[in-house]
Amino acid sequence: MNPRISRRAGLAAALASPLALAACGRHTVDPPANVTQDQIDEAMRTPTELNFWTWVPGIEKEVALFEKAYPDITVDVVNAGQGNPHYAKLRTALRAGNGAPDVAQLEFQMIPSFAITEDLLDLRPYGAGELADQFVEFAWSQVSGTDGEVWAIPQDTGPMGMLYRNDIFEAHGIEVPATWDDFAESAARLHEADPEVYLTNFAPAQGAFFAAMLWQAGANPFGGSAGPELHVDLTSPEAERVARFWGDLSEQDLISVDADFTDPWYQALNSGKYATWVAPAWAPSFLTSAAASTAGLWRVAPLPQWEAGQEVSSNWGGSTSAVMATTRNPIAAAVFAQFINTDRKSTETMANEQFLYPPTNAILEDPTFTGQQLDFYGGQEVNALFADISTTVAEDFQWSPIQEKVYADFTDTVGTAVANKEDAVAAMEDWQARIKEYAEYQGFTVRQS
Amino acid sequence: MTATAQRQRAEAPARRGRPNRSGRAGYLFVAPFMIVFTAMFLVPLIYAAYFSFFREQLVGGTVFVGFENYTRAFGDEQLWTGVGRVGLFFLLQVPIMLVLALFFALALDTGLVRLARFARLSIFVPYAVPGVIAALMWGYLYGPDFGPFAQLAEKIGVSAPDFLGADLMLGSIANIVFWEFTGYNMVILFAALRAVPNELYEAAAVDGAGPWRIAWSIKVPALRGALMVCLIFSVIGSFQLFNEPNLLQGLAPTVIDSAYTPNLYAYNLAFVGQEYNYAAAVSFILGLVILVGSYVFMFLTNRRSRS
Repeated sequence: MNPRISRRAGLAAALASPLALAACGRHTVDPPANVTQDQIDEAMRTPTELNFWTWVPGIEKEVALFEKAYPDITVDVVNAGQGNPHYAKLRTALRAGNGAPDVAQLEFQMIPSFAITEDLLDLRPYGAGELADQFVEFAWSQVSGTDGEVWAIPQDTGPMGMLYRNDIFEAHGIEVPATWDDFAESAARLHEADPEVYLTNFAPAQGAFFAAMLWQAGANPFGGSAGPELHVDLTSPEAERVARFWGDLSEQDLISVDADFTDPWYQALNSGKYATWVAPAWAPSFLTSAAASTAGLWRVAPLPQWEAGQEVSSNWGGSTSAVMATTRNPIAAAVFAQFINTDRKSTETMANEQFLYPPTNAILEDPTFTGQQLDFYGGQEVNALFADISTTVAEDFQWSPIQEKVYADFTDTVGTAVANKEDAVAAMEDWQARIKEYAEYQGFTVRQS
Repeated sequence: MTATAQRQRAEAPARRGRPNRSGRAGYLFVAPFMIVFTAMFLVPLIYAAYFSFFREQLVGGTVFVGFENYTRAFGDEQLWTGVGRVGLFFLLQVPIMLVLALFFALALDTGLVRLARFARLSIFVPYAVPGVIAALMWGYLYGPDFGPFAQLAEKIGVSAPDFLGADLMLGSIANIVFWEFTGYNMVILFAALRAVPNELYEAAAVDGAGPWRIAWSIKVPALRGALMVCLIFSVIGSFQLFNEPNLLQGLAPTVIDSAYTPNLYAYNLAFVGQEYNYAAAVSFILGLVILVGSYVFMFLTNRRSRS
């Protein structure tokens, strides 16, 4: 054999492969109009191995419940990292055409980003359409596609509230702010009384927090986007109001602007540098371990409002179980995603042992869950408070199909402007311009208004 | 020496006589390397090059775009700001590091340093700490509120410099790299010094040269090759800066943006923006910059040594 020829052939094969990959595409499920109960029963009796990517610690308990209910199915749980590293690996595996899981954890804001690349399986044919009533309304609308698809099953949510240090508030005679105006006023008073303490911290790289603020203010920057059409409006009066509010507080040096989930931030939470953490329902259990030295000092209140007397909240975080379109076991995967997030025992375990804040009405109305008095919060019934807040989250908030990029651009524009005491409102225009440029490059038709 | 050379010359024709068997054995010996090299280096490289001529969109699929990604990259302000930044980093960090590495190597080579083995090991040991750990560690040390420098400054009643602020960040990263790689470069130089034949020193001593004169006129010229190697490594390392800014980004997200260094930019293009094709083009351009940079340095030093 002439080595030269074989080398050239190898080169040709290497050159041809990406096109070949792009052309034949990967295996994806062509979902049937409806799957019958017989088909489901048969699939669930067939020995199958499911691959499940999640970062939730202790999820093995819920998986065990599923395996007990369906002894022929085994579930292999893989922790591929949390948040962005998880998504990067997931995307790589999906692109490569092999190695992707059957079921993966997706945060709400990532659903459109994976739906646009046709990586998600619509779960309606597998009985998910009938589950809507079991979930809090906003959570269900978050997993619903623009054409009524069910892209995932909600697992936990993060309705927004405000965690505050009761001791600091009392020491300085500060009342729990009911409106954002009160909040700004309290910020000034507190910082004047004790220059070491800030009413809160604005984390400049936390796009999810800022999105929750926009959501509460009634801005819906990507609302109305569908398929290849992207609507972007980050300069609406509602959005501007949010940017101006946080920009002003920072400019007057009334809030700190530390990066969150870093060592200095954890230490600040423990040392009492921040008197509040404007945070969602998963925060109370998180804080219990992250700021253990402050046990008993915290309380929880609803989110301050833009107008006195309103009761409007929003959501930060929370996630879902989504079935990948590349799965070879669509029925088993879909049943699994539904089981762990709707089975009574499974959802109870998630709420009470993994401390995932529940999206199901059954748990939110269950006194053994809502009636828990948390010592860390001075015996307050924190779960009950967030259960009430859950029903005040606006439903129509929509995420962009390019959310990772939107968040990254947020940090480089608005987040940086607030941190550096620059014009946050002008930075909103930069943010929008970057999103527009990127989206057009990716082939979207961008509509601004 | 001469004897060996003559023997080699004598053997050469004999080897030419039977090329087949020894040739095949040679291929066999390099095969393991070549296979891995091809599979893990050449093929991905060719694939990336091929990839960089396409544009894959989230909406609309993949099209061949020729050099469009490259023309975009040449006009990409974010990329060139990053290249400028790592260029500055190179000018800032590398001379200090190499001069100090040279100094340590020369000092250890004199044999006058007490506990020479211990000193050599301690200077080298930071290199054994993985870069990621080093960056995490320094990130803690630089901490504005609770880092030891900040606390020390507070104790003596001054405010510590903001190591993670926009003004000092590049210097702070340079310091980490300096800490990590001075020992590495020192070992390369030290090993080269050990290879200098003793006769040269003896001859110099006979001619009346003192230790400084020997260092300057014999050791440093003898290190030219090794210094060149260190310099090329440093060009590559500087322009490919990634770990340190990537990890410090968590602590200072408003200082280190997504295009702080070209490598960080390429990474974010691919894994945040899903612009894989453009990321491939950016990577090739960065490779080109490094190639040109290295070549320019080699050319300059060669010319200077000739003149």
